[in-house]
Amino acid sequence: MHASFPILSALILLPILGAVLITIVSNKYLELVKVIAMVFSVGVGGMSIWLLASFKSADSGFQYVSQHDWVTSWGISWHLGVDGVSLFLVVLTGILFPLVILGVDPHHDHKRYLAWLLLLEAGVMGSFLSLDLFLFFIFFEIVLVPMYFLIGGWGYDKRVYAATKFFLYTMLGSAFMLVGIIATAVLARRDIGYLTFDLVTIAEQASFATNTGRWLFVSFAIAFAVKVPIFPLHTWLPDAHTQAPTGGSVILAGVLLKMGTYGFLRFGLYLFPAAAVWAKPVLLTLAVIGIIYGAIAATMQTDLKRLVAYSSVAHLGFIVLGIFAITSQSLTGSVMQMVNHGISTGALFLLVGMIYERRHTREIAELRGIQSVAPIFSAAFMIVMLSSIGVPGLNGFAGEFLILIGSFQSARWWTIVAATGVILAALYLLWAYQRVFHGEPDEANSTFAEMTLREGALIMVFIGLIGFTGVYPKPMLERIEPSVDKLVEHVVSHSDYKAPTTPKIVAEPHGEKAGE
Amino acid sequence: MVFAATLDGPSIPWVELIPILSLLAGTCFLLLVGSLVPTWPRRGYAWVTGISTTIAIVANAVKWNNLYYNKGETFFADVIAIDRFSVLASITICLAVIFGALMMSAYLVRMNADGPEMYALLLTSAIGALVMVAANELIVLFLGLEILSLSLYLLAASNRDREQSQESGLKYFILGGFSSAFFLYGVALIFGSTGSTKISEIGEALSGNISIANTDAILLVGIGMLLVGLGFKVSAAPFHVWTPDVYEGAPTPVTAFMASVGKVAAFAALIRILAVGLEQRVDDWRPVVWALAILTVFTGSILAVVQTNVKRMLAYSSISHAGFILVGVEAAGHVGSDGVATSMNYLAIYTVLVMGSFAIVLALSGNTDGETNLSDFKGLAKRRPALALAFTVLLFAQAGVPLTAGFVSKFAVIKSSVEANSYVLAIAAMVAAVIGAYLYLRIAVSMWLEEPASDSEISVDPAVVIVIAISVAATLIVGFFPELLLHATRLARFAPL
Repeated sequence: MHASFPILSALILLPILGAVLITIVSNKYLELVKVIAMVFSVGVGGMSIWLLASFKSADSGFQYVSQHDWVTSWGISWHLGVDGVSLFLVVLTGILFPLVILGVDPHHDHKRYLAWLLLLEAGVMGSFLSLDLFLFFIFFEIVLVPMYFLIGGWGYDKRVYAATKFFLYTMLGSAFMLVGIIATAVLARRDIGYLTFDLVTIAEQASFATNTGRWLFVSFAIAFAVKVPIFPLHTWLPDAHTQAPTGGSVILAGVLLKMGTYGFLRFGLYLFPAAAVWAKPVLLTLAVIGIIYGAIAATMQTDLKRLVAYSSVAHLGFIVLGIFAITSQSLTGSVMQMVNHGISTGALFLLVGMIYERRHTREIAELRGIQSVAPIFSAAFMIVMLSSIGVPGLNGFAGEFLILIGSFQSARWWTIVAATGVILAALYLLWAYQRVFHGEPDEANSTFAEMTLREGALIMVFIGLIGFTGVYPKPMLERIEPSVDKLVEHVVSHSDYKAPTTPKIVAEPHGEKAGE
Repeated sequence: MVFAATLDGPSIPWVELIPILSLLAGTCFLLLVGSLVPTWPRRGYAWVTGISTTIAIVANAVKWNNLYYNKGETFFADVIAIDRFSVLASITICLAVIFGALMMSAYLVRMNADGPEMYALLLTSAIGALVMVAANELIVLFLGLEILSLSLYLLAASNRDREQSQESGLKYFILGGFSSAFFLYGVALIFGSTGSTKISEIGEALSGNISIANTDAILLVGIGMLLVGLGFKVSAAPFHVWTPDVYEGAPTPVTAFMASVGKVAAFAALIRILAVGLEQRVDDWRPVVWALAILTVFTGSILAVVQTNVKRMLAYSSISHAGFILVGVEAAGHVGSDGVATSMNYLAIYTVLVMGSFAIVLALSGNTDGETNLSDFKGLAKRRPALALAFTVLLFAQAGVPLTAGFVSKFAVIKSSVEANSYVLAIAAMVAAVIGAYLYLRIAVSMWLEEPASDSEISVDPAVVIVIAISVAATLIVGFFPELLLHATRLARFAPL
């Protein structure tokens, strides 16, 4: 591909094109619809991998920047760019969507389902790539529409309730952010001299009065806290995850939640460094509550899918902990863990979906002894589950370990409490595994079908990623770290915060040990 | 001859009156030829309406262009102001007339009742609206208001086979009469305190060029009365109570017309009075508008949630839109704000959204025009997917989802509000918008996620298809390229005093 090819714009526009094509094609040509969805999603996935391969890992700034005027009177532009923080989220999005499109059958209305999925992909990509506040808001908000229809149209019994709750909850958060975005641009005009919504311009050139910055930060933080979700704004999540169709759950857990944590990094720390430092104790506390609460709530669940949903609350708590500990290691760990959580929890939802396909129930009490009838399925579940727990050698460990070791330096007591969450994760997941897979299968479970080739191939992709990042995280870390270091420097230079000096993770030849 | 010499009337620049005259000519043609020639070609009345309105639009467009160098002037002894503000509002109103006539033709053809009267009334009410948006004198404004309102009362009650329509017309008439009385009393009090009924002269009087004695209390009561009168017309809470009943009962094309033209005209008049006439008294009226705005956005959004009739739902949503426009008006009360432009922007977009939405309601409302319950929309996506998709676009636009015109309009007023430091109002409006979104989601759920209650064929009149197609296209085009409309509304300025 030529250097000037607008690859980031293509990542957003191609899925939209695919969705439009699918809408045009008549219902009669179902196979053609599937082929279009496959071609476009795989194409985007391929482009995201190409982006990963050609990404200059030493460059801490934004790469492949593409900027065009859009609404000139408001200073809004189509400004895209990718750096170490967003790179892997883009790749994760690029990989997860084709896997969901190829691997999960929605059972009815394929055409609409696939069109919504592609639109969703465009929205998610846009959120991770936007460097303009207005543009970001548009993508952040537009994502709700396809997700709403996916949950509402293809979900389970209480789907309409869950979809509506999801939509309104998130929109409420965004309402505050919209006012915050406008206020940011309007107030930044004093320093910059003209009205602009450009993230980089505002972050580098504008400075806000202490209290103003705090208010603005809070308005953004509410939107992100709902999206992540951070305790106590998490109540939409178990419903949405449980009621969503398998494909929807995978996307929701895999990438949609990351829009919140990514937002904290890009629009919290970067835009309002001083206010983020000010809010640090509150967010750290909420993150730790989330970790413990999510774990306890997950232990108590009787529905396997709900259990995984609550485990997300706990895992996202770790990510938020790492973000607001604001050290190079903890932030790197958080970025890494965003991707890891997407892979492991995405795979868990896929596996739970497969169980539901076979047994038409997700109740843990009704499942028993699957290990003896479907050993390969159980093995796959075991590996994914261990990755979610954070067992060394798998991807979950690398991220969680970095978060804990990084946070310990700047947020000691919070980290100590949070570390117990690791034990709780082992508790609820292993206990669930024991109840579902061990023992003697009763009559209903004795016919549990073994994994098919297609399912196996799908899960193998996830397991491959889990194993690779777990054993060899260096390529990932060396791309994330420069951008994260730059972000930490930005925070330190724009606030009275003193980051603890930590050794580079991948600076020295043996540095990658930290992540093993 | 002797008398003529002594009668020193104002000179009449007929050219400036072309839009109004064209509509008037259309009205006379419809009524005269309509009564002389009993059988007209199919949709002949609609064509006459459309042509006379198109002439009005062209004349306004030419005027818009001519106003490039001067900011506008006042005519007829300064009672009519032709500036880009009034021209833009006039164009919006004329577009709404064309949409209204298209829907009306579909409605009347279905009812087997095609005749000239309804179209003539559409045109007369539009004449009233055009007078209102350009009036620089409160008595003339009142005349425009009455021409508009009387035509609308008749239109609302025009379906003689439907009891709700009669009720709607009567209710609107009685309450509208009250509000007119408030308005007129307000005019009298303002005249009493400032010595003029001309909006620009009131502005001058209050700015101290002409001294006023201790008439402050009279002035304040007068301002209050004006706000009540116009607040009723724009259906701002707490003067909104008539809206759901009247919107539900009136024939659907009339509802659409009322919701758009009535609001544009009343808001344009309100904005001109507040921003030009009472510019020196912003500190007095701004808190009132602030309170009205908050009350209106919440009333509209919250009460919409419990409705079961789509026309009533849209009525409440139009109340909440009125609240949003008031947010822009409140911002206009701050120095250096672009609140006037963003309110105008909201009005133009709102007109398109409301026309498109009611056109879809019309398409589904059946032969009695009464099938507008939420249950009638069940499973629409399975029966007519294109119609359901169009309605979804319009509903999400009304909810303020990005990449639609509705988002642009909300963003613009919120931006004005934030620039004016009215943070509380901006946040309250956005929170109300989220509550309001539940209403649009309910309709979307009903269309997409529920099974159809009946599988009878839905036939959509081509005229309605045109309205829906244009409004959906405009919604998306403005959503993607807001600059097109923003540029025009930014230029919508008032004539200099």
